[in-house]
Amino acid sequence: MSASHLRDYWTAFRTIVSKEVLRFARIWVQTVLPPVITTALYFIIFGGLIGERIGDMEGYRYMDFIVPGLIMLAVITNSYANVVSSFFGSKFQRHIEELLVSPIPNSVIILGFVFGGVARGLAVGVAVLLVSLFFSPLSIHNPGVMLIIVLMTSILFALAGLINGVFARTFDDIAIVPTFILTPLTYLGGVFYSISLLPEFWQGVSMLNPILYMVDAFRYGSLGHSDFPIAMSFAIIAGFIAVMYGIALVLLNRGVGIRS
Amino acid sequence: MTPALEIRGLKKTYKNGFEALKGIDLEVAPGSFFALLGPNGAGKSTTIGIITSLINKTAGTVKVFGHDLDTDLQAVKRSIGLVPQEFNFNNFEPIGEIVVNQAGYYGIPRREAWERCEHYLKELGLWEKRKDMARTLSGGMKRRLMIARALVHEPRLLILDEPTAGVDIELRRSMWDFLTRINTDGRSIILTTHYLEEAETLCRNIAIIDDGAIIENTTMKQLLAKLETETMVLDLSEPPPGIPEDSPIALRQVDEMTLEADIRSGQHLNDLFRVLDQAGIRVQSMRNKANRLEELFIRMTRPGQSPSHLTPGAGGTSEQPENQA
Ligand SMILES: Nc1ncnc2c1ncn2[C@@H]1O[C@H](COP(=O)(O)OP(=O)(O)OP(=O)(O)O)[C@@H](O)[C@H]1O
Ligand SMILES: [Mg+2]
Repeated sequence: MSASHLRDYWTAFRTIVSKEVLRFARIWVQTVLPPVITTALYFIIFGGLIGERIGDMEGYRYMDFIVPGLIMLAVITNSYANVVSSFFGSKFQRHIEELLVSPIPNSVIILGFVFGGVARGLAVGVAVLLVSLFFSPLSIHNPGVMLIIVLMTSILFALAGLINGVFARTFDDIAIVPTFILTPLTYLGGVFYSISLLPEFWQGVSMLNPILYMVDAFRYGSLGHSDFPIAMSFAIIAGFIAVMYGIALVLLNRGVGIRS
Repeated sequence: MTPALEIRGLKKTYKNGFEALKGIDLEVAPGSFFALLGPNGAGKSTTIGIITSLINKTAGTVKVFGHDLDTDLQAVKRSIGLVPQEFNFNNFEPIGEIVVNQAGYYGIPRREAWERCEHYLKELGLWEKRKDMARTLSGGMKRRLMIARALVHEPRLLILDEPTAGVDIELRRSMWDFLTRINTDGRSIILTTHYLEEAETLCRNIAIIDDGAIIENTTMKQLLAKLETETMVLDLSEPPPGIPEDSPIALRQVDEMTLEADIRSGQHLNDLFRVLDQAGIRVQSMRNKANRLEELFIRMTRPGQSPSHLTPGAGGTSEQPENQA
């Protein structure tokens, strides 16, 4: 691959990302605002009202304990939602054809959509973080870990959104992954509790859940407390990203759902 | 010279088992203005979809300026600009951005992309609307937007799938001028249309596809020369004194003030005038009963049916689409 090709791909990548960012920014009332409101409600109800009665979790105020988890929850759902609705929308309105006729490798298309999703995940993550400041002081134990974990998490769920978008034939199909996979995994992923509370068997089951490691590692970056070694969490998430990217690439190369 | 497009043995069977292309061969010379005609469902869009990598082929080879679709896809894609049959842009994107983003996909940096966008949107009369959402455009404007988008990476081959469908007469003519101009500048053009007058006006070369097979591939001149008889409609200024029985040109009376004359190939209009003069018939005006190409087209794609059955009262203007057939 020559340098001029690389330059072209870089331009194409930037074009897709900026288009994706403009897309959700234009409709920020539908994309950025709702998760901020939802999370604020979580803070008030779970953190404030109920949390007072729960007392401490792993030595932290309950509110302080759930803040990292809720930020991650917002990052996960929004990276996912951005890519799945944008990709499905581009199939539905057929403007995916603009990409299909042009000389962009599928890997660049994937990266473009994924970083569009990452941008929304980060935007919402930061907004939720700002809201959390009203309820809980921001603790930063290791900002590097926090940032890398948020990035990796949003990359992973943006990829999941892309894969769901490839298979989706109707608007209802967009909800498949959130309903049957994302929501259960996040609620069982230690956002609201430490898995040390669970019976041993369910602790074992929980360890198959990738979201557990994301929340745990992010909580480490923020509070300095984690149930698992950080290196292990990084490795597991990286493994999931590699697998999901591979699946996405194969699907696009085969033209599943986009080429007859 | 390397052909702009070279198709060999192209087949397409859709997933539902329908064989849309049954092994077509097609060659388009560089610089030509080429018409791909055929009735609804003939396989035109399928062929175009395969060339532009929107549809996977089942068998055969496609080469664009010598680049093979299977081994040199990037070069093929860079050589082609596509104006598809159906609108395929984001309705909620401003049209300037649609064109500029398309340039970006080809690696054209933002600033240069805006310069080209300005050039083509101005050419097509849309620059004032660059900040408007695509969905606010009229149908004809949307077609022009897709033309600008197809040209922004300066492709050597422009493929237009029914670009003038739903475009008013005035605009259609200005689109014809525009296309003729970019063809003269050296760009090869392939166009499908159901307005056969359009093909006759614009295109020097022509292929007719029917039922997934090419049934004709020649120059417009040679094709029209094949027309054995041409029917003229004569509007009279007064009722005819009588209809000559055994004249070399067959005359029929349609109503009191209208005659039809069948002119076979080899006969001239002068022969007709002579017959009319001798019979003392005074003619006010005269027109082709159907567009000549239209007549041929219907004979070729619907053997056994005469054109008059299919285009009742069709005038020579052929402004109405053929697809009622
Ligand atoms: N995705 C598909 N699955 C199955 N059959 C298809 C599909 N797309 C097109 N066809 C069939 O293939 C045939 C050719 O269709 P195509 O769109 O190429 O025709 P066309 O010549 O462009 O017609 P028109 O003038 O109406 O645009 C038609 O019979 C059509 O029903
Ligand atoms: Mg078609």
